Amino acid sequence: MTTAATLETAATIRPRKHVNLARVVKSEWIKFWSVRSTWITLVVAVLLLVGFGLLASSMFGDGSDPGGPPGNEPTDPVGASLTGTNFAMLAFGTLGVLVMAGEYGTGMIRSSITAVPRRLPLLWAKIAVFTVVVFTVALAASAVVFTAGQAVIGDGGASWSDPGVARAVIGTAGLLTGSGLLGLGLGALMRSTPGAITTLFGVMFLLAMVAALLVPDSWSDAVQYLPSEAGDAFTAVTQADGTLSPLAGLAVFGGYIAAVVGAAAWRIKRSDV
Amino acid sequence: MIEVHDLTKRYGDQTAVDGLTFTVKPGIVTGFLGPNGAGKSTTMRMILGLDRPTSGTATVNGRPYADHPDPLHQAGALLDAKSVHTGRSAYRHLHALAATTGIPKSRVDEVIDIVGLHQVARKRVGGFSLGMGQRLGIASALLGDPDVVILDEPTNGLDPEGVLWIRNLMRDLAAQGRTVFVSSHLMSEMALTAEHLIVIGKGRMIADTSVSGFIENAANESVRVRSPHANALHDLLAGPGTTVLSVDRGLFEVTGLTAEAIGDRAAAAGIAIHELTVVRPSLEEAFMELTKDAVEYQSTLIGEAR
Repeated sequence: MTTAATLETAATIRPRKHVNLARVVKSEWIKFWSVRSTWITLVVAVLLLVGFGLLASSMFGDGSDPGGPPGNEPTDPVGASLTGTNFAMLAFGTLGVLVMAGEYGTGMIRSSITAVPRRLPLLWAKIAVFTVVVFTVALAASAVVFTAGQAVIGDGGASWSDPGVARAVIGTAGLLTGSGLLGLGLGALMRSTPGAITTLFGVMFLLAMVAALLVPDSWSDAVQYLPSEAGDAFTAVTQADGTLSPLAGLAVFGGYIAAVVGAAAWRIKRSDV
Repeated sequence: MIEVHDLTKRYGDQTAVDGLTFTVKPGIVTGFLGPNGAGKSTTMRMILGLDRPTSGTATVNGRPYADHPDPLHQAGALLDAKSVHTGRSAYRHLHALAATTGIPKSRVDEVIDIVGLHQVARKRVGGFSLGMGQRLGIASALLGDPDVVILDEPTNGLDPEGVLWIRNLMRDLAAQGRTVFVSSHLMSEMALTAEHLIVIGKGRMIADTSVSGFIENAANESVRVRSPHANALHDLLAGPGTTVLSVDRGLFEVTGLTAEAIGDRAAAAGIAIHELTVVRPSLEEAFMELTKDAVEYQSTLIGEAR
């Protein structure tokens, strides 16, 4: 039986096809959707984004304390409806880490590299699949929660046609996707899920706080170049003093992603697995 | 065809693979033997481009593995049964690998049938036994219908039925003209399947030989002789190039003389012989003899250690 099976099938996969980026993208698409963690993190991310947005919207402008640390109360209706961004970032960031570090944690990477021994197409394909899926999901969820949030806020609410609103909503989806890509790159660099998650959240949530405490005043201009602050610059409708313009913020944030992904590519290409 | 030339891998000051040169030919099963830690897995990983050699080259079908545009068709490998995402089903795992080279889904179903995993193909790999994981690894090795098949300790964790299945599979693959390169630390296992052997120890080449040649070279045959006239026989046989070892009262082990020569001499001298047995070293003994100096993790008797 064995002989017959292997012999017969020799004909069925001719002509032999070559590896190309489109095929690797298809492979990564199959991988992406065939593990539970993808579905779980995506659903959790959407629930966090929508849930916290609606909660903050319902409390916006009625004078009640929305809870959370003081000083973080949303000051504009757009920001209120997008309050869940930081929470959703936890889930999307985790997904980004899992997509890459999960391969190292389980040993899957050896199978993947045996199939694609040039290696880098794996990284590009993962980035492509992750970006398309997460940006689509995050944009849909941001748009829904913005629209619903403004309906909840009612009279004081913003509309899509107000200046900066569309940019803030799309920017939120971009920030969430970009944070996930940072996670993906860190996953490849560190090859460890806990390590990459801790690093990502440390950079996105703690670094600005630590910097505010430790950096001398004369250096305070530097704080605006931190990833989290650069992200704020293009997701807020109005920019406070001492922050980058939306375009500059986007460029800085994109620069971080490029640097991390570039380092990841170098490590993937060079290292033994 | 696998060609390895002066392949070396160092980790810091540890040399895992030390200047290996060999060729693995198509049409036969080539066994890759060595004690644990000899460098077998590292060598296989370098052949597949997973590890970067410190120096030297390894090619598959004439080119470095990574330079082939259709790698899964050139070589299929079982390196480690745990090279699978535990959260994915066996079917999706194989489907994703197949997609990289445009291998149709029908082939995924075929290899699942070949390795006998159809009943669990849709279950998460995390719940697989070691044997099932091994079968999945073999399925992925066969996926691209490759010319070269590389299997690292394929019988690990398999039940006797599975071991027999692997042996037949390897022979079948070789009979189809493929290059089959399989590692093991068990000589007895290789004796049953391999025609050619590459034996390494501590990263160095010990032997590159046919299985029969290996046995002949590794240890000498001896003849066990039992006779009631031990002393007379001892004097008769002793001589240059002959070793007579007294094993028990009236029992010798003789090396350097054939059984025929011993029998003839005894008959001529009128000495009765009660037993005359040719003792061939087992393959396992031959292997141990050959690699005893190259064992990385040697167990030591407490008495000897002093």
